Amino acid sequence: MSGAAVPAVRSGGGEVVRRHRLSTRLWHWINAGTLLVMLMSGLMIFNAHPRLYWGEYGANYDAPWLKISSARAAGKEFGYLQIGNARIETTGVLGLWEDQDGRMQRRAVPYWATIPSRYSLAGARIWHLAFAWVLAVGLLLYLLWSLVNRHIQRDIHITRAEWRPSHIWHDIEAHARLRFPTGPAALKYNVLQKLAYAGVLFGLLPLMILTGLAMSPGTDAWFPLAAEVFGGRQSARSVHFICAFLLVLFFLVHMAMVVLAGPLNEVRSMITGRYRLPAEKPAPAGQMPEQAV
Amino acid sequence: MSRLILSRRTLIRVGAAGAGSLLLSGCDRLFENPAFRHTLEGAEDLHMATQRALGRNALAREFTEADMSPVFRANGSREVADPVYRRHLAQGFAQWALRVEGLVEKPLTLPLDTLRSMPQRTQITRHDCVEGWSAIGQWTGPRLGPLLDLAGLKPQAKYVVFHCADLYHGRPYYESIDLVDAFHPQTILAWAMNGKPLEQAHGAPLRLRVERQLGYKHAKFVTRIEAVASLDGIYGGKGGYWEDNGAYAWYAGI
Repeated sequence: MSGAAVPAVRSGGGEVVRRHRLSTRLWHWINAGTLLVMLMSGLMIFNAHPRLYWGEYGANYDAPWLKISSARAAGKEFGYLQIGNARIETTGVLGLWEDQDGRMQRRAVPYWATIPSRYSLAGARIWHLAFAWVLAVGLLLYLLWSLVNRHIQRDIHITRAEWRPSHIWHDIEAHARLRFPTGPAALKYNVLQKLAYAGVLFGLLPLMILTGLAMSPGTDAWFPLAAEVFGGRQSARSVHFICAFLLVLFFLVHMAMVVLAGPLNEVRSMITGRYRLPAEKPAPAGQMPEQAV
Repeated sequence: MSRLILSRRTLIRVGAAGAGSLLLSGCDRLFENPAFRHTLEGAEDLHMATQRALGRNALAREFTEADMSPVFRANGSREVADPVYRRHLAQGFAQWALRVEGLVEKPLTLPLDTLRSMPQRTQITRHDCVEGWSAIGQWTGPRLGPLLDLAGLKPQAKYVVFHCADLYHGRPYYESIDLVDAFHPQTILAWAMNGKPLEQAHGAPLRLRVERQLGYKHAKFVTRIEAVASLDGIYGGKGGYWEDNGAYAWYAGI
């Protein structure tokens, strides 16, 4: 979001303004594609050993805190996801599913969610470890550039007033009522948006990279802290998958908000940079504004 | 009539499935393009250059006995069918000897007792499998570096190849490392694990430990070490069983 582009005049909305900088738009789409490749190739890598552990070591004889597998009960085979002692049947989606040729497969994650679509740990690692560079270098350049052009300070930085619980609560209420700002106010990120973006930029993405590095035996030799801060390599691996899951959640909420805020206008602003300020909607008599959405 | 009208839900579902399968087949097809695949595989060189620049001689972390896995998972070949190997196994490897040859001044034949009487290194390290699991165990054996010095590497020697007694899915297992890893202080030829002679499942009588790389580099059942100038022409030419047969990276530090 470009601070300079905010019109100085009080506006009722409707006009088209420049919103996202080129650096933001470029990184956004490169990163979106990269994260999709990372997620899907990562799920294929997970298929090679679909169990997660805490600590430094963890293999088949050790107890996982999460596993995806298949079993047979009363002559019927089923797939399941187990977290701690809780078991959820996931036949058709996880652990036991039908592949593109109609054959039942016992791998954890189905073909439509993995790269490559057919089981290949080596292939997935080639994708994953090449795109890891795009993710890491892209994030580093974007963060540095966003400090230089003050995108972070202007648009992401959460002010002391915004940290107040009452302000955050007010924002949660506005979101729950699907009441979105109109006119130039729509150009400013609200505190929940700032928390989400800052959480991804400074929390989840750096954690993905750090826990990824922690799984490398080469890196652990010269940078042992990478694994040690998480309590060991297997803990780092667990955190890697938890953060990936949280990024998927972020993506789902992000998509929901884009749809609610006006998908064409929002997507256009991230492609061309141009954004139409949402017009203030007159509240019809006897109807609350939030119901008009 | 009403059957012709697609509900929004159906439309979204069909659209998502269509986009998904398009993306999937697109990625799979892209991967079959040699130039694209070559570009992705080029990251391996970047990994190796980065790792060497940042930690050429860094030591892998060593642990205490309290940190060790209760059970160390054995992977790959757990048994060797080769009759010569089986005879040595039955004799407790008393007549067995490791050969060191190739681009060396003085080829060596080293019985297990000789290997055991050389200066030993014991290390408790974490074994990381390419699949994602880890196990911590204790390994004892002579360092590879002094052993290569004993044989005297010729200047042309660039790699050390480990030939193994086992066939995995019908093909001979082998691995290779470069001289940086060969002379690394933690690179040993382990004949003992967790204080006992190596079991067959873990690669008896001798297993390579190259601690800063993934498990498949740690060749088991090593019978012959060969110094070479190039990996071309050795089996599939990519420097290892999994490198030849599964497109796994030769540099496995990641």
